[in-house]
Amino acid sequence: MANMNLYSRGDKLFVIVNMVLLGLFTISTLYPFIYIASLSMSTGFEARAGNVILTPVGFTLEAYKQVLSEPQFWISYRNTFIYTIGGVLMSLAFIIPGAYALSRPQLYGRRFWNLAVAFTMWFNAGLIPFFLNMRDLGLLDSYFGIIIGFAVNGFNIILLRNFFEAIPQSFEEAARMDGANEFQVLWKVYMPLSKPAIATVALFCIVSRWNGFFWAMVLLQDEDKIPLQVYLRHVIVELSDDEEFATTLLTSAYSFETVSAAIIVCSIIPILLIYPFLQKYFSKGILLGGVKE
Amino acid sequence: MSTDPDFTGPTTENLVFDAAEAQRRRRGSTLVRIGDHLKREWQLYAMLLPTILWLIIFLYKPMYGLQIAFKDYSIFRGVADSPWIGLEHFNTLFNNDQFLRAVKNTVIISFYSLLFGFPMPILLALMFNEVLNQTFKKSAQTIVYLPHFISSVIIAGIVITAFSPSAGIVNTVLGWLGIDSIYFLTKPEWFRPIFVGTGIWQEAGFQSIVYLAAIAGVSPTLYESAVVDGASRWQMMWKITVPSIMPTIIIMLIIRIGNILEVSFEMIILLYQPATYETADVVNTFIYRQGLQGGQYDFAAAAGLFNAVVAFVLVMTANTISKRYSRTSLW
Repeated sequence: MANMNLYSRGDKLFVIVNMVLLGLFTISTLYPFIYIASLSMSTGFEARAGNVILTPVGFTLEAYKQVLSEPQFWISYRNTFIYTIGGVLMSLAFIIPGAYALSRPQLYGRRFWNLAVAFTMWFNAGLIPFFLNMRDLGLLDSYFGIIIGFAVNGFNIILLRNFFEAIPQSFEEAARMDGANEFQVLWKVYMPLSKPAIATVALFCIVSRWNGFFWAMVLLQDEDKIPLQVYLRHVIVELSDDEEFATTLLTSAYSFETVSAAIIVCSIIPILLIYPFLQKYFSKGILLGGVKE
Repeated sequence: MSTDPDFTGPTTENLVFDAAEAQRRRRGSTLVRIGDHLKREWQLYAMLLPTILWLIIFLYKPMYGLQIAFKDYSIFRGVADSPWIGLEHFNTLFNNDQFLRAVKNTVIISFYSLLFGFPMPILLALMFNEVLNQTFKKSAQTIVYLPHFISSVIIAGIVITAFSPSAGIVNTVLGWLGIDSIYFLTKPEWFRPIFVGTGIWQEAGFQSIVYLAAIAGVSPTLYESAVVDGASRWQMMWKITVPSIMPTIIIMLIIRIGNILEVSFEMIILLYQPATYETADVVNTFIYRQGLQGGQYDFAAAAGLFNAVVAFVLVMTANTISKRYSRTSLW
């Protein structure tokens, strides 16, 4: 609505009130992050006393030193990278060819195969049968289990399939004339044309891998294999109930609160780093996936 | 067809023969066609195969495993060989106060999320649409979309820190107002407001994208003629924008109602504690405790089956209604 030339007084007031309200909502979204960041850089004493409101009080990086000197932090950080990178590559290896095949009109039983994918989005066997299945497959406490067990996702397949379907057949004709087979058509024609859609799917996978905690918590017992989110839960959620532990962390330099805040900051940073890319692709992505079945 | 030069017309025998012959030829040609098709297009099936195998192994096989809901499951006997016990688990389930409470909590929490959470993204989209300063709009959007990408563990960590009785900012502010410190996360009456509020804070911005896209599709000529008629921005918002995106709003509402059993139980697991179970425990957290923590796999699977079937019926109903409503289903 940039085509507004005439402003009445009422319109001006409306625009200003709107901007103020939106500004307040935006600030209230941002504030918790600022609060946590400030907490992480305050002294334990001030944090414990509830004196941190907006900016760090008694600036110190002791909490970060404490977090970064903990070997388990680095182990779980490394594991998260393994699960994220391995998981994204695994997902793309399944999803790209699968979505391409499902997008081809000459595929026999195309409706059936598409339904088989879509059905998994509507009906889910639930936590227990999935867990027992993973156990029967011998995939408990295994890097490979986490990477393969969550590789395919109906929504991502349908998103990419819709994108492939929208590419006009004329694009592949030249390649067909040169005698290209399906793999070559996918690799040389469809994939270069679908970079934005593939990037969207990859980013969805990265975020869900980076943030995934429930199944990692259930399937992994070995501390050497747990990802960052499970470690975070252990420190922030479980230990917050443990007053005795919380007081052992209470020194003048850092406290349970500042250490928790510092871990939170450390684990948000990678998401912030890829956030510009996320923002570029995700809105296209959700709209693309929602067009049709 | 007969090539007999004396052939004068169709006889019964001829017709029967012709029909059989035609069928044989057709069947033969179908087989040949499939053979040719596979020879020509085997690569497509090779591309599809891994995905289909994955779906069978990781999603369809657990559906077969759901039968333990009707069995006395023992780890040593496995899914197939455990003895059938009929509906016993379901009997126990529907007489289990904790399960009934979990069903009730699921519906109540979902209902509150819908009531307070559904209008927010619509409101946000309308407000974004009325912002003239593009820099302000872009930065505000960048910020409000962000929490969607933050893990539930971190969000829970922020909530726990902010609501902490000793050092949290919420109690600090209450202290300024002369109110005694409250240990919010141990109070059953506070669980739902905190959970629903957190959900809105995390998702409202991101969910507004769908409505912003719908608004972007409204024809500019509608606004131009309204401007000529001297309409104010407020009037245009209510008389043009809102009616134009109403189909999207209704479809989203139908889908949300269809997903009423879907509560983000990950977040509940992180935020609840025994003191707040009475208002916080939902079906999936119940299943998690009984099954994965307590080892009662068959009983918990029965609860899961009940949940999945009801959810499936709701989602399919919602899907059908929205399809009929818009002719283009969203999912």
